[in-house]
Amino acid sequence: MPAAPWQPSALTAEPLVQLVDHAGQRRVDDVSAPYEPLARALDADALRTFYRDMTLTRRFDEESTSLQRQGELALFTQSKGQEAAQIGSAHAMRPQDWAFPAYREHGVLLVRGVPLRQELHLFRGIDHGGWDTEQHRVHLNTLVIGSHALHATGYAMGMSRDGLVGTGDPTKDEATVVYFGDGATSQGDVSEAFNFAAVNQAPIVFFCQNNQWAISVPGELQYRGPLSRRGEGFGVPGVRVDGNDALAVYAVTKTALDKARAGGGPTLIEAVTFRRGAHTTSDDPTRYRSETEEKYWAERDPIDRIVALLKAEGAWSDSFAARVQAEGDEFADELRTYVRSLGRPDPMTMFDNVYTTPHAINEAEREWMRQYDASFKKGGSR
Amino acid sequence: MNQPSQMVLAKALGQAMRAALAADEKVVLMGEDIGPLGGVFRVTDGLQAEFGTDRVVDTPLAESGIVGTAIGLALRGYRPVVEIQFDGFVFPAFDQITTQLAKLHSRSRGRLRVPVVIRIPFGGGIGAVEHHSESPEALFAHTAGLRVVSPANPADAYVMLQEAISSDDPVIFLEPKGQYWTKGDVDLAAGPYGSAAVAGPAVTQRFDTLNKARIAREGDDVTLIAYGPSVATALKAAAAAETEGTSIEVVDLRAISPFDMATVNSSVAKTGRAIVVHEAPVFFGAGGELAARITEECFYELEAPVLRVGGFHAPYPPAKIEHEYLPGLDRVLDAVDRSLSF
Repeated sequence: MPAAPWQPSALTAEPLVQLVDHAGQRRVDDVSAPYEPLARALDADALRTFYRDMTLTRRFDEESTSLQRQGELALFTQSKGQEAAQIGSAHAMRPQDWAFPAYREHGVLLVRGVPLRQELHLFRGIDHGGWDTEQHRVHLNTLVIGSHALHATGYAMGMSRDGLVGTGDPTKDEATVVYFGDGATSQGDVSEAFNFAAVNQAPIVFFCQNNQWAISVPGELQYRGPLSRRGEGFGVPGVRVDGNDALAVYAVTKTALDKARAGGGPTLIEAVTFRRGAHTTSDDPTRYRSETEEKYWAERDPIDRIVALLKAEGAWSDSFAARVQAEGDEFADELRTYVRSLGRPDPMTMFDNVYTTPHAINEAEREWMRQYDASFKKGGSR
Repeated sequence: MNQPSQMVLAKALGQAMRAALAADEKVVLMGEDIGPLGGVFRVTDGLQAEFGTDRVVDTPLAESGIVGTAIGLALRGYRPVVEIQFDGFVFPAFDQITTQLAKLHSRSRGRLRVPVVIRIPFGGGIGAVEHHSESPEALFAHTAGLRVVSPANPADAYVMLQEAISSDDPVIFLEPKGQYWTKGDVDLAAGPYGSAAVAGPAVTQRFDTLNKARIAREGDDVTLIAYGPSVATALKAAAAAETEGTSIEVVDLRAISPFDMATVNSSVAKTGRAIVVHEAPVFFGAGGELAARITEECFYELEAPVLRVGGFHAPYPPAKIEHEYLPGLDRVLDAVDRSLSF
């Protein structure tokens, strides 16, 4: 008897919402049925937008990785393979909602209109967060694992306090989505965030991208209880979704967000996906991952899946594909030129914005640096 | 003119929060047991009854959760005033305070403000059990982006807490728990929110207690520099030394980050001798930083090396021997003698 094909335990352990299988065929079962109408409501244009955004996100990944290899960036955090989880969930948000990303949510930033080149300021060493958070309603990247789950929860508690939850007016009601990975679920801050969110019935969606690996540590060494049920003990219901199925992710996230905005409290979504790239450009997955596993997930790539769906439904054309390709080429070209053109910030800016009002030590060191610098300029050297 | 009221330091802190809650609807108090109980030291006594459970929030017992959600609320435009129950319990929130709270303003290039006040009863001398008597100020003062302050008397406690709440910078507000029951005069009209506490015209006086030290006692021979609970010790030492003919000046720093070097320098220039007193371990403590700066800035005025009196490089000891650990009157006077002997 032939051995059963390899499958990750994460895919088989618990019921999974899936609306499009990896061959691009729509499907529905008891678990996914409640979400199916929301996915059906997406027209061909919406699906093409999903494809376009996922493609540009991957292009961003590829270009940024190249830039890092060329020494133009100190580091880059890839999102390859997680595009459906990010694009599907971000499209489920309304303009008034807020996203709190970790550090590989490039697709979410793209959908929210954050110029992705500004995200590279962090990796280029220009600043620690280059975009206007209020304008895009996207908080800065957070590198300390899971700490932003609490910021997002507090922010969502503020939405409730501001009376912007459960008004019944869809243009007013707000919610927050916080993104983190499977590794972050081991952090106390994430558990504390579940608890605070539940106690306060905060309008928040905890969006866990279970990409199977916390750097080199696999799921089976990270947790025993299913992640989708991690919130239950706190009073946060969970849903498990195929994170490589953009339609299912969209439908599940929209359902959770609508509930949160209406005053129904928090939801935890576990999007089961796979980080096809490395954790960061400093990582080497060949040391800890098998080719079998990578091949399994390559066959379930989220972009291939939506292409297959678009083709199956007659929504694909070569001219459309060429347009997206051309847009990607232009985007990549601009990105390269932009990154290489980035200068060095004025060193004196390190003293700016440490405090909102003058702080004697900070001011004294600024003045010392100014005079030290000036002493070189007088001599005409340095 | 308002008549000053006599009250203990703990009550003055409560009144400061009361004034802030009344004046600014964005002020929210958060912490464990701060509601009906009024805090383990009763500092928030009566505030929930007066302002409701939305403004004075009893939270789950999770320090990181309290500070982390306070950061989120501050990003949303609120002014959370957080209570950590004891100094030794702040460490679960240390990551949120040092990697997040302290840096968000800078990381966002000034776009974000996180005006969170973290109130921590600190210091020893009350016979408490483990983790209830510590002095972690240097850990926070070492972190750029935070302001670290500690009042030494009820009048300052009232104004300083209001100034901390009205500040757009995150403030670590260290409450000298050994002084909670010290009585003093408090002008309830004082401080940025004081006019909300009493009927009458708004007070325009600026105190700037987060930046300005106070000369707690004038003297000519030696300068004692202290903050929080050690100010009382320094004042007692000064009174005792006076009987022996030594005139001691006491500088109450109020703020540890930043400390007011101008006031310190002018006092040291006058006396020529400086001794820093604090309860925290001397090793790598605030006293080391002060001593180094005084040496750099007042080298030619100094008649003796700058001395430090404080706790030992040992875990805070069991209560029955804490007075051997804490810098009491005798250790301060011994340092005064050593300084004068140069």
